[in-house]
Amino acid sequence: MADKTKLARQFIEAIPHAKELGLVLNDIGDGMAHISMPYDTKLIGDPETGVIHGGAVSALMDTCCGAAVMSHPSAPGGTATIDLRIDYMRTATPGQTITTKATCHHITRSVAFVRAVAMDDDTDRPVATAAGAFTVEGGF
Amino acid sequence: MSRSRPEPIQVVKQRRDAALNALLDSVPYIRFLNVSFDRRGDELTAQLNFKDKHIGNPFLPAIHGGVTAAFLEITAMVTLNWSHLWERIESGALDPEEMARGVLPRQPKTIDFTVDYLRSGLPRDAYARATISRSGRRYASVRVEAWQDHKDKLFAQGTGHFLMPQPPKDKP
Repeated sequence: MADKTKLARQFIEAIPHAKELGLVLNDIGDGMAHISMPYDTKLIGDPETGVIHGGAVSALMDTCCGAAVMSHPSAPGGTATIDLRIDYMRTATPGQTITTKATCHHITRSVAFVRAVAMDDDTDRPVATAAGAFTVEGGF
Repeated sequence: MSRSRPEPIQVVKQRRDAALNALLDSVPYIRFLNVSFDRRGDELTAQLNFKDKHIGNPFLPAIHGGVTAAFLEITAMVTLNWSHLWERIESGALDPEEMARGVLPRQPKTIDFTVDYLRSGLPRDAYARATISRSGRRYASVRVEAWQDHKDKLFAQGTGHFLMPQPPKDKP
């Protein structure tokens, strides 16, 4: 089990686009993942306010959900997104790190179901939530 | 009946391209993701110019699902904003030169966005077009389709809802 978590961690940390976004894997294991994305001006979507683009939040959410699937005890290996829905509840405060927690709450032999929430420094009011379905693939 | 002479082609193209470029250049994330737009009249086609940094699974390799989602969202947002501003760009109410200097109208805001991943994104350029299903005064619903080699073999499609910027209260 520890090896699986280690493999998942190595896999996540080797994703070129995750590096490009500056994602930091804070915690992973047992179908849960916790990833943060520090504020960066290159990710701005609204130049007037400096708010991060929704697309960058989507990429963070997708990575975190995939990581949660890979770390699930019943998942044999890799995964790919089947569908992902993101609800943007409010704009993230410019300058603050966005942190995501994803949970793989159900898994079958073929499909993993995941929920995630994204927050900035104000942890009482989510920035966005996500719900998705992911494939369950063979070993690494 | 007299009607005004049509504007010279250069004037029309220059105005539209300058306005579109001003909209795109103002958003750092569009540059970060290497997305460009092709314009024919008011129709836009987005292009994700492939870079290794777009990879999500280095073993396949395949484009990161988050990149695909972001590409679709950019396409939806830019197409919606472009269509929303089109009349004002054409009438001259919006000046492309001022827009290029950063005097830009407020953008729509994403309420929600859903992506269907139909096949894995290959390590090459991708294209997308958005269709505005409904654009009301407050809300808009937009569909997006993305492909790589064959336009009828989509690798992803998406749908999103947007909150439209409200005009200032003193100018109804």
